[in-house]
Amino acid sequence: MGAGFVQLSLPPILIGVFAAVACALPGNFLLLRRQALIGDAISHVVLPGIVVAFLLTGSVSTWPMLLGAAGAAVVSVVMIEAIRRLGRIEAGAAMGVTFTAMFAGGVLLLERSGTSGVHLDVEHALYGNLESLIWFDATGWASLLDPAALAGLPPELPRMAGTAALIALATRLFWRPLTLATFDEGFARSVGVPAGAVGFGLVVAAAVAAVAAFDAVGSIIVIAMFICPPAAARLMTDRLTAQVWWSVGFAVLSAVLGYVLAGYGPLWLGSRHAVSAAGMIAVVSGLILALAAGFGPRRKRAGEDPSAA
Amino acid sequence: MLDQALSALLLQAGWNATLVALGAALLGAAAGGAGAFIFLRKRALVSDAVAHATLPGVALAFIVMVALGGDGRSLVGLLAGAAGSAWLGLLAVDRLTRRTRLSEDAAIGAVLSVFFGAGVVLLTVIQTMTAGRQAGLESFLLGATAGMLLEDAVVIALGAAACALAVALLRRPMTLVAFDPGFAASTGVNVARMDLAMMGLVMAVTVVGLKIVGLILIVALLIVPPAAARFWTERTDRLLVIAAGIGAVSGWVGAAISAAAPDLPTGAVIVLVAFALFLAGLLLSPARGVLAAVLRRRRFAHRVHRRQGLLALARGEAILEPLTQRLLRREGLIRADGVPTEAGRAEAAKARLDEARWAAMRARRDDAEAARYDGLTPIETVLAPDEIAELDRRLGPRAPEGA
Repeated sequence: MGAGFVQLSLPPILIGVFAAVACALPGNFLLLRRQALIGDAISHVVLPGIVVAFLLTGSVSTWPMLLGAAGAAVVSVVMIEAIRRLGRIEAGAAMGVTFTAMFAGGVLLLERSGTSGVHLDVEHALYGNLESLIWFDATGWASLLDPAALAGLPPELPRMAGTAALIALATRLFWRPLTLATFDEGFARSVGVPAGAVGFGLVVAAAVAAVAAFDAVGSIIVIAMFICPPAAARLMTDRLTAQVWWSVGFAVLSAVLGYVLAGYGPLWLGSRHAVSAAGMIAVVSGLILALAAGFGPRRKRAGEDPSAA
Repeated sequence: MLDQALSALLLQAGWNATLVALGAALLGAAAGGAGAFIFLRKRALVSDAVAHATLPGVALAFIVMVALGGDGRSLVGLLAGAAGSAWLGLLAVDRLTRRTRLSEDAAIGAVLSVFFGAGVVLLTVIQTMTAGRQAGLESFLLGATAGMLLEDAVVIALGAAACALAVALLRRPMTLVAFDPGFAASTGVNVARMDLAMMGLVMAVTVVGLKIVGLILIVALLIVPPAAARFWTERTDRLLVIAAGIGAVSGWVGAAISAAAPDLPTGAVIVLVAFALFLAGLLLSPARGVLAAVLRRRRFAHRVHRRQGLLALARGEAILEPLTQRLLRREGLIRADGVPTEAGRAEAAKARLDEARWAAMRARRDDAEAARYDGLTPIETVLAPDEIAELDRRLGPRAPEGA
């Protein structure tokens, strides 16, 4: 746990933790509103946005990419609504049509533009590149207090931390309208909560989390963290506050354990090579969900006896 | 490049390309058909979980085959592994949905991401194996037909043909179940078994399509053709056929384009062709298309303007609204200076009489026929001549025309 750890492992672990928490928080509400797959859709549609941003600016710098991704997310929302209303197609199918078509378009753009050689490629978009986010300037734990070294932190870290903090703050500030609109839209409206706006804001928050995390950790973690920690938490408790805390705990646990297992697990098994951290984090979150589904105290629907079957 | 695409389209680009095009067309047909069932059953996104769940199976099959001494590239072996883990994924979705309080979409998302993550972990393991450097398993993500081996093309074509055949054989009971499970059960169809067969079919299509379309986009081939077919028909049996047709065309054309441009990922091309067909339906369909809706609305607006214009003429008012002026002038009902012609006066009187009859009828009756008043429907299309004569008697002597 010395300089090597601070240099190589601390930044990716922290980035993973912040990404996981940023996705898990809105995930709780999406889960309860049966919109869990929105994270999946968002992570597919941002690809063309990122590619277009790259083609326009010719660089892989962050802000154009984030803007491109956000633009693509907006386009997809408009497209889903347009297909749903104009074509009178059921929402799930409209979503499926939109996100596959946009992803296919992104893939095609990517291959046509000859950008596949640069670090921008489909695999990167899917798996992310958590392991490469290294803090070169760190010499040990003391570097955490050294402004010069801190300036050399991978830029993804402050960005992801900021996103997570922003989303946590928004969750805290809008707690009451969020819960009301999630559980009983009619009642929420009658007490003056703009339920439609709350729902839209939630999707926007999810998109912000997904886009920020997408850049650093790839889409697998994004999708897994939107769903698995909140779903596991849902099986642990009946109270929303507790569920949110459980989900944050599960998200942090998945990120840390997943990274450690990916980096050090193969060494313990006698292999010299690490495996994908992004994939392993998703797997750990899945294992947590499996345990919760098997033993969680509130795994049954209301009225069903958990000891039966 | 255009030549090449054309020759591939016409099956003139060599034995391999022909087999791939045929296989893609058959696959598209099977996917469109199988997709129609899950589209009607509103379970389209389950196939996304199934598709992503194939990845760990493919990777594991590769590792096992290498461990047994092979080079790990046997397509049949890889597809068997894919089917195995897809089945586990399906089982997991089912368990999570039925044994816990989680809803199906959460179960789908969880299975999709976790299985895919596991697959990615195994892919990185393979990359570190000496045999794995050229494994090319990444092509299963987005599909690739370039440089496909002949025996692989044969396997895919046969598999797709089997799927298409299964769709054709099972279409009646599956349509019943997809459309009305309760009724299907009452006619003696085993709904649970049909649901299972439906998912089995989805799985088979997914696995066969892995090499051509890739596991990320194969779900599009199950969702887009039925959604596109929905524009063209209101009948289930036709939906099935049209969806299969759209799928087949997408597969065929997509494979041909990608034969001409081997660096394009085949799956993305096929999906975009299908999406283009979807957009064509969205715009052009006579019953549900955007263009038809625009025309309908325009025609409606014109009828309203014409009627209001005529009533204004009957009241002796000047018409100032430009669209109304244009419409009436075009029909020769008013002159360029806005004064009604002879024909215009006659039409205006007719409109006013119609309006007066409607008012008289609605003052007396409160039934379905009275409710059909919309200011446009001529009363002759609703009432019989003797009823109209009765109305006219009550209206009394008519006011002089044009007053």
